[in-house]
Parts: sequence; structure tokens; C-alpha cells
Amino acid sequence: MGDTTGEGTQAQVAADTAVQAHEPLLEVDHVTLRFGGVVALDDVSFTLNKGEILGLIGPNGAGKTTCFNAITGIYRPTQGEIRFQGVRITGKKRHHITRMGIARTFQNIRLFPEMTALENVMVGADAHHKTSVLSAVFRLPRHWREEREGREKAEQLLEFVGIRHRINDMARNLSYGEQRRLEIARALATDPTLLCLDEPAAGFTPAEKEQLLPLIRAIRDRGITVLLVEHDMKLVMGVTDRIVVLDFGKKIADGPPAAVREDPRVIAAYLGVPDDAA
Amino acid sequence: MRSAIDRVRAGREAVGAWWQRAPRGVRWAVLGAVIVFFYALPNKEFYQYLGPIPTTGSNFGQVLFTISIYVLLAVGLNIVVGYAGLLDLGYFGFFAVGAYTVAVLTSPVSDLNTQWPWLVALPFALIITMVSGVLLGMPTLRLRGDYLAIVTLGFAEMIRLAATSSEFLRGQRGFNQIPHPPGRYADGTPVFGVLDPRPYYWLVLTLIILVLIGVRNLSRSRVGRAWVAIREDEDAAQLMGVPTFKFKLWAFAIGALIGGLAGALFAGKQNFVNSQNFELLNSIIILAAVIFGGSGNLVGAITGGALVAYLVERLRGVELFGWELYEFRFMFFGAVLIIMMIFRPQGLIPNRRRAAEFADRRREVTVGG
Repeated sequence: MGDTTGEGTQAQVAADTAVQAHEPLLEVDHVTLRFGGVVALDDVSFTLNKGEILGLIGPNGAGKTTCFNAITGIYRPTQGEIRFQGVRITGKKRHHITRMGIARTFQNIRLFPEMTALENVMVGADAHHKTSVLSAVFRLPRHWREEREGREKAEQLLEFVGIRHRINDMARNLSYGEQRRLEIARALATDPTLLCLDEPAAGFTPAEKEQLLPLIRAIRDRGITVLLVEHDMKLVMGVTDRIVVLDFGKKIADGPPAAVREDPRVIAAYLGVPDDAA
Repeated sequence: MRSAIDRVRAGREAVGAWWQRAPRGVRWAVLGAVIVFFYALPNKEFYQYLGPIPTTGSNFGQVLFTISIYVLLAVGLNIVVGYAGLLDLGYFGFFAVGAYTVAVLTSPVSDLNTQWPWLVALPFALIITMVSGVLLGMPTLRLRGDYLAIVTLGFAEMIRLAATSSEFLRGQRGFNQIPHPPGRYADGTPVFGVLDPRPYYWLVLTLIILVLIGVRNLSRSRVGRAWVAIREDEDAAQLMGVPTFKFKLWAFAIGALIGGLAGALFAGKQNFVNSQNFELLNSIIILAAVIFGGSGNLVGAITGGALVAYLVERLRGVELFGWELYEFRFMFFGAVLIIMMIFRPQGLIPNRRRAAEFADRRREVTVGG
């Protein structure tokens, strides 16, 4: 039986590096992804620095979610590679990528609907647990220790995202907004260094979007780097440190929100007529 | 009709809620009473007071043994289908592997001619069924849904055909003189004899209780959560760090192990194993039992397994208008399943989650959305 000494260090690293800016955490290096004749990502390169909130935006079909899926191991790039903390992750198994410290949420919510909120988050916490079938059948000490630890972590995370009171409710019975928050809690339970949020405000009312901003900042304040794919310009502009803009699978801009907002190529491709700038 | 169903559901939920709220002592007392009841059941002094429940056409002890084997199989298959959501149509194949391993290792007519005692052969039977589960799972668990169902169906047929046509497995001639489990009473007569089926039933019942404790522990652990997560959304489970392949393989292996145990017990009781014991129909019946009882729920799976086996035996020797009802058992059985699927697709005692899911679907249909 192995030990768990390796587990704590990752969270430790995450906490320590909250302040170390400009150190690349994730490097997307000349990634091209083709589906048959369709080029979904065309030679895209960008880096994500430790401790920042990076927005990934672009019009529909620009390749945002594809890029996301390449990072989390769902798609394998046709060319190029993706490195996380200097380690190549292209071609690694999905659950290994998660254990290395990349967690994500989904644009169309994908919880485990027939599990409770608590159980959903505990599945995330289990990513770093090692209870085997034998320790579970015979209820060995490791089982009890990890159950208790996972439960405490889950309770604390549900508190953090603000749905502690729904802890024993089925995920499917939660409201839309609560489900989105539960997804974030579940992803955080895997102890990520990088959290990828795929349109976390999709379908939200303006009031709900307003409440999401402090949550995203609070996540960053925990020392977690955030990659945010989002449609809502106001939200992206308000919360991100830097923005990468994709259009037709190509990167067309990369910089601080203010600069990106003024970039004529971005305006042409994405914003069209700048009606909200008026 | 609906209101009747709703009333049954309300009643069940009331029982469930009562159980959740009941103090620990009361729960243990009820559980103890249930266990005592089932241990007492095969004694004539006890079951003669139970009215029409005991079977008339066959020895009730023997029937109870058959039922207990079905229950064990249903509990095993429930792990694979109910928890992990893997549609396995060839589960009975593992029962066959368990029974044949015992037969080959113990029977004097076997080519191996090892003639081991039953108890020595048992662990080998369990290991070999588990290995066969892993071997079947390794290439096939990358498939999903219908594809997996077809491959497992093929597996069960392969086992049956191997048993029928291989010289080593002796086809229809089969293996006889398979030894019984060990043990003697104080006066020297064996506990597990030829005439009295009750000790076998008690043995299986005891093992069922042990298996249930293990399965319950598993279901309330990291392993059980991983299984349900895989059933709910395999991709999301993977992305949350669940090594899905590993846990699916475990579900298969543990399911196979329990199936193999049932097979080994069957062989030890029956004394004789041949290829006719392993019709494909059995796989379907066990699956139907799990779905009938309520997939994903332990009590449901047990009830399903027990009812399916019991109803078939209960029909034996019962005549209606001069027809032996037993002859129509599968037709009757099919009709019950069809009616079930129309009026209660979540099974008799559904998993509370499944129940909610089905209730929701009904609402969606009525809302039209």
C-alpha cells in the first residue's frame, strides 16, 4: 500500500504560487486540431500564468470548447502539444490529467444527477483517494480516513460555493444556478491547480451573473489559476486579467481586457459593431 | 390504476422513511427477526402455518435452495447492471464457470483426476471465475451500452458451446459424483447429504448475508460512488478523476466472483453438472429478476431474484382447467414482465434515485417537454 504524502504537496504548491505571476502554468504550443477536413484549431499558442484569470473568448464555432477539450484530454491535438507545469499532457489519460491538477466544468451541466450534492463533490475528492476494493469491503482504516476527509472537504466546498443547505439533495433537484455551483464545487474537490470553467454563466440571469464574479475571484484567491470560456463580454471584461481571442480556430488577440476591447481585429471578428461600447 | 400504483409507492416510501428514522435497536431487531424467519423457513414445523406460501408440487426446502441461488446471482448482477450500469447479458456464464471449475477439479470422471474435496476446489473456482470476468472485461469494457450487451451475450454462448462440444467438459454426459461440502454431525452422518436440502439452503443463506455486508460496504465507499458516477455520466466521471476502466473491471470481477460462488454451491449440492444446466435463458431470467426487483437497489435485487425463482416453482403441480401451469411458466413470466414494464418500469422496489428519475420522466411527458 502506498502512502498519501504526495497528495498534500499539490495543494501546497497551488497556495504558494498564488503570488508568483508570469510563471507559465499551462502552455498551449502550436496546437492544431482537425476533424476530417474541418480545422477546429489552427496553430494556436498561448500560455496561462500561475495565479491569473485568463479569459478565452471568440464567436460561436471559434474553437473555444475544442481548445478546452484538448486541454482536458478529451481531444488529442493533430499537431503541437500542451504542457502543464512543464510536463507534456497531450495523450495522457483523462483521469491522469485531472489528478495532475486540471479540473473543469461543463457548458451543458454534466453532474451525476442521481447522486446527492455531497456525493457529487465526494467523487471529485476521490480523485486523490486510494481506497481499494479490499479496504472498502472490509472497512479498513484507510476507508474511514478518506471517507471522513472527503466528507469534510465536500461540506467545506459546498459552503464555499454557497449551496451547503442542499447537501443531501439529489443533484437533479437543484436549481439551475445551484447545479452550476455544484459543478464548480465538484471540480474544486479534485484539488486543481488550474480550473477550467466552460461558460459558467450560460443561462444565468444578470443578477446570478453578478453573484458569479466574486466566486471566480474567490477561487483565484485560493491560489487556483482560472481559465474562463465565456460569451458574456461584461463578465469576461470584469473578472479576467488577460484575454485570448479565437476566431475560426486561430488566435487573433492576446492581452489585457482593455487592449483586447480596442483591438480592431477583435471588434471586427467578435464584437461586430461595438454597440455596448457606445 | 395510477392511484393504486401511487398508493403502493406511498406505502413503500412510508416504510423506507420509517426505516430511516427508526432507532438503531429497532432496526437491528427487525433485521434479526427477518434473518431468523429465513433460517426457520425450510422447517416443516414452521412453514406449515404459512398457508399457501410453501410450494405444493415440489419439496419446499429444495425450492428455497433454488431461490437462494437466484438471489445470490441477482445480488451479483446488480453490481454490474444496477450500480455500474453495464448491461451484461451473459452473466450466467460465470455461474457456469464456477460450477464447471468445481466439477473438473473434484469429479472422479474428470480428465484432471485430481478429485479434490469441494472446499479445496471452491477457492479455485472463485479465482477462476474472477479471472474470467477480468479476461472478458479487458477487451469488452471499452465498449458501451448495446455493444457490451452483445459481446457478453456471446460470452455466455461460448461457455455453453464449450461445455456442449468440448471433450474435456464432457458435454451432455457431464460430471457426476461431485463431492458435497464437508461437515459431519456428532453421530457421524454428513451435514450435507443427498436427501435433506435444508443444510445447503442454510449454507447459501449464510453466504448471502456475508456477500450482502460486503456489497453494502462497497456501495457506500469510494468504489460504489465511482460505479454510480460511471453509470450516470462516464465522461464526466473520467474528467473528475475516476479511473473508469479500472472500476468497471472491478464491477465485472466482483459480479463474476459472486456468480462463480453461486455456481460452485450449485455444483456441490447437485452432485452432477452437465451442459444442459446452462441455457442462455438463465442469463435473461437473472437480468429480468434484477430489473423486475429494481435495478440498483439491494433489497430490490434480492426480492426480484427470490420472486422470479419462487413464482416459477410455485406454478409446479398447480393445475387450471386441466392444464399444468408449470408448462406455461415462461409465457406467464413474459406477460408479468411486459405488464411491469408498462406500469412500473423502475422495478418493484426501485433505487430511490431511479424512482425519482422515472417520476420526472412522467412529468416531462405530461408537460410535453
